[in-house]
Amino acid sequence: MSEEQSGLANGAYEALDNHNAVLRVRGVTRAFSRPNGDPLTVLEAVDVNLNKGEIVGLLGRSGSGKSTLLRIVAGLIRATSGQVLYRGAPLNGPADGIAMVFQSFALFPWLTVLQNVEAGLEAQGLGREQMRERALSAIDLIGLDGFANAFPRELSGGMRQRVGFARALVTDPSVLLMDEPFSALDVLTAENLRTDFLDLWTENKLAIQSVLLVTHNIEEAVFMCDRILVFSSNPGRVTAEIKVPFKHPRNRLDPRFRQLVDDIYARMTVRAKTGAATVLSIGERLPEVPTNLMAGLLENLAAEPYHGRADMPAIAQALALEVDELFPMAEALQMLGYAELVSGDILLTPLGHEFTEAEMQARKHSFAKQLLTRIPLAAHIKSVLDDRPGHRAPSVRFLSELEDHLSDSAAEQTLRAVTMWGRYAEIFTYDDEAEAFSLEIPESEQA
Amino acid sequence: MAESGSQNSAENASGARAAGRLIAHPYLALRGFARGTLPSGWDIAAFLLLFGTFTLVAIAFHQFSAPLAAVENAGVTLSPAALPFYALRTTLRMFSAMLLSLIFSLGYAYLCAYSRRAERVLIPVLDVLQSVPILGFLSFTVTFFLGLFPGKVLGAELASIFAIFTSQAWNMTFSVYQSLRTLPPDLVEATRSLRFSPWQRFRKLELPFAMPGLIWNMMMSMSGGWFFVVASEAITVGNQTITLPGIGSYVATAIEQRDLGAIGWAIGAMLVVILMYDQLLFRPLIAYGERFRPDDMPSQIEPESWVLRMLQRSRMVKWLAALAAAIGDRFRRAAKPIRLREPRPLPAWTNAATDFLWYGAVIVCALYGGWLTVRYISASLGWGEVGHAVLLALATMLRVVVLVAVASLIWVPIGVAIGLRPRLAAVAQPVAQFLAAFPSNLLFPVAVFLIVRFKLSPDVFLSPLMIFGTQWYILFNVIAGATVYPRDLQDAAKNLHLRGWLWWKRAMLPGILPYYVTGAMTAAGGSWNASIVAEFVTWGDTHLHAHGLGNYIAEATANGDYARVMLGVAVMALFVVSFNRLLWRPLYRRAERLSGVE
Repeated sequence: MSEEQSGLANGAYEALDNHNAVLRVRGVTRAFSRPNGDPLTVLEAVDVNLNKGEIVGLLGRSGSGKSTLLRIVAGLIRATSGQVLYRGAPLNGPADGIAMVFQSFALFPWLTVLQNVEAGLEAQGLGREQMRERALSAIDLIGLDGFANAFPRELSGGMRQRVGFARALVTDPSVLLMDEPFSALDVLTAENLRTDFLDLWTENKLAIQSVLLVTHNIEEAVFMCDRILVFSSNPGRVTAEIKVPFKHPRNRLDPRFRQLVDDIYARMTVRAKTGAATVLSIGERLPEVPTNLMAGLLENLAAEPYHGRADMPAIAQALALEVDELFPMAEALQMLGYAELVSGDILLTPLGHEFTEAEMQARKHSFAKQLLTRIPLAAHIKSVLDDRPGHRAPSVRFLSELEDHLSDSAAEQTLRAVTMWGRYAEIFTYDDEAEAFSLEIPESEQA
Repeated sequence: MAESGSQNSAENASGARAAGRLIAHPYLALRGFARGTLPSGWDIAAFLLLFGTFTLVAIAFHQFSAPLAAVENAGVTLSPAALPFYALRTTLRMFSAMLLSLIFSLGYAYLCAYSRRAERVLIPVLDVLQSVPILGFLSFTVTFFLGLFPGKVLGAELASIFAIFTSQAWNMTFSVYQSLRTLPPDLVEATRSLRFSPWQRFRKLELPFAMPGLIWNMMMSMSGGWFFVVASEAITVGNQTITLPGIGSYVATAIEQRDLGAIGWAIGAMLVVILMYDQLLFRPLIAYGERFRPDDMPSQIEPESWVLRMLQRSRMVKWLAALAAAIGDRFRRAAKPIRLREPRPLPAWTNAATDFLWYGAVIVCALYGGWLTVRYISASLGWGEVGHAVLLALATMLRVVVLVAVASLIWVPIGVAIGLRPRLAAVAQPVAQFLAAFPSNLLFPVAVFLIVRFKLSPDVFLSPLMIFGTQWYILFNVIAGATVYPRDLQDAAKNLHLRGWLWWKRAMLPGILPYYVTGAMTAAGGSWNASIVAEFVTWGDTHLHAHGLGNYIAEATANGDYARVMLGVAVMALFVVSFNRLLWRPLYRRAERLSGVE
């Protein structure tokens, strides 16, 4: 996108842009300062245009900064540098005409459906009659008539999210921001709500000019969006822009649809490929994947239809896993040398085969070996414990080391992951009460 | 998705219901509405109730402006016929203090939740305030307020109200502060994204979210408050004795005249008053507060209240609510919608400089305060007196520890037995809460009477009075813990044949520990406070006292010896704070971890 722009003279580009773009994101970066003073960048130099009549998807894994970007556009958090231009002026705080739908619905549990929707109009300074009238028509539009006086707790998840939509739509916004709006719903409800929304959108029943949708679900992105921006993690940046050439309503079973989903899987796994030779650093972020899940995925891969090699979208569908769940599992297996990711496929290494055929103790043995040779953090904790006379070390010690490389939450997550893995491998253990690692199993207090 | 046919009907129905929406549950509102246009029995009852209350309040407030001399001369009559009026005066003091506490807790908590600098200083201050024995302070506050309105009843009234306020406000403040700190982040984002004004945010998010905790703590505060209202109505500071009309003064007079029958009347009146405020105020509040409970925390028993039902069904109340809503709407529309701009972050150095100045000022003030206290005590009392006070504190501490232990041994098994039987718990729980609300100091004369009669040792037999009013906290917290104890864990324990002590150790105690610790902590804190009235009691001209810090403070108060009162209060606060920090809090954290609630 930015290459195209650089060809145009600045003035000419601005004129064209103003005509078509509802909202422009220019070089937006978001960084935190770490305790040691270095900035930690979560979002790096992002440029996005939201054009009229377009649904734009932000696709990426958790920690890729896509939600951060959405919140910057919503005016909820501030960009460290760069700016968001809306209605010709830089955005400064939540703006009139930009509405948001939340993953968790964010309804006020003590207000009825009607009152929740009216809350959307609260800041507009309307009269009571007018507020009621508009709220009721939004409730009608989204198919909630009859539930106006129900409290959110009386509604199912799908109905609650409809209230979330009604509250956002009641203000007649020109930009609608959606933060994984369907991910808290079951498959059927989510699909029902998606098609209902797309019906309203394609029939031009909404005042909305453009939609920005954050998702980690590749199929959802291809199903709903006209343009998909793929985000990478650490730091979050746009790695690909994919146009979706299909008209609504889209058919998920259409071969071209499937092909596009496959392509995006491939793109998203290219980045994750580290190769057997790559050496991880101590500060590498570890995905928090339980060992049971890893073993389960390995067994599945080794068994019948796959025989050691599986198409990622296919296995995701077969095991009912979201991208956000499958990718960390695959990544963990790759880090430990049990699997490789090649162009959207996951394949078992010989070690992986060996693991699936082994007994429980042999599995633990193999896991311990892989952990100590391939995950430097695990080896580091083990060697510190070996060196110390009491063979104990507080977890804060390792946490602060990790925080030099990772954000606070990522550091905690990584430490939890390595704790879980180390315990399974029986290379060290952890005493939650004392918050310390040790080599010995702590004396039982139940004695 | 849209069905145009149903829009009109929805609009009509909701328009008609608009009147009731402020307070009514939609289903109840609908039912109430279908009852026709004639005034219902509920309407008449609600009318009488509301205006009866207004009238009584008006009469009582009229008397506040009377000169002090009138009260001092009139004295208190022991005729039971005067009791309803005394009860009303006492209740009014309670409610004035409660109103004050509400305003204070919202303001203080707001400040702490939204200013990091204020929070750093004000929260520890609140923590200490919570541990200060309020009864010890009566002498200071009475003098202060009498000086503020010389010769007027108002001064004495305010002093009493202030004393009650200090017993009510702190836990309410903590509750609001906790709520404000734990607002659900998605709802906060929603209010910002919807561009709520601060007032809208308060009305729609912060207040409702704080409501369940606040209502619960108001109830606890009310219970605690009765104790202090009784203690603060009749007070002697140095050579001045103030007797405000109320149940507390009635009892004080009865003690003076050794009239056991009058004390019986007072106890009866108090029971009626507590029953009434429980039914008329707190049951409805709790039932109403249900709607503010987030839906992921299901309640065990759906709270019911006939008063709330009546208010919800009464059309007059609905009409009043609609009127209030209309007036509110006027104000809302008159106020321009606020465009909140995100403040530009200031350069880092200004922040650091403000921090430096603020914390510097705080530290200087704290050091000066410490120096002042040390100088005052060393000049007027000397350090030997401090040692004496600490020794007495150890005596009181011994009592508190033994009493809490004994009360636990009695009430934990009983509480568990009740809690595991849901039907019994539904009956016993309100009774336990009721007993906790009853001001135990009304019963002290009876105990003194018995001690004198049977020539018992005051050092031992005055002690149980300290925990008499607070032991119920252990009981009802344990009941609460046992009622939510998971059914499948009970079954598992049975399946593993856990019996006797093993069952307690492995299955039950870890499960109820957080609840027990909460109860025991409250009971212990209350006992320290109660020691001031329990270690020094009178019956006519018989004075009984036990050796302890409570007695030390009470005697110093009676003698108008401010230095000793100060010292006693400071030492007691120090003991309570250390107990909380070194024992209860770590224990609670551990208990939470054990039972996996975290």
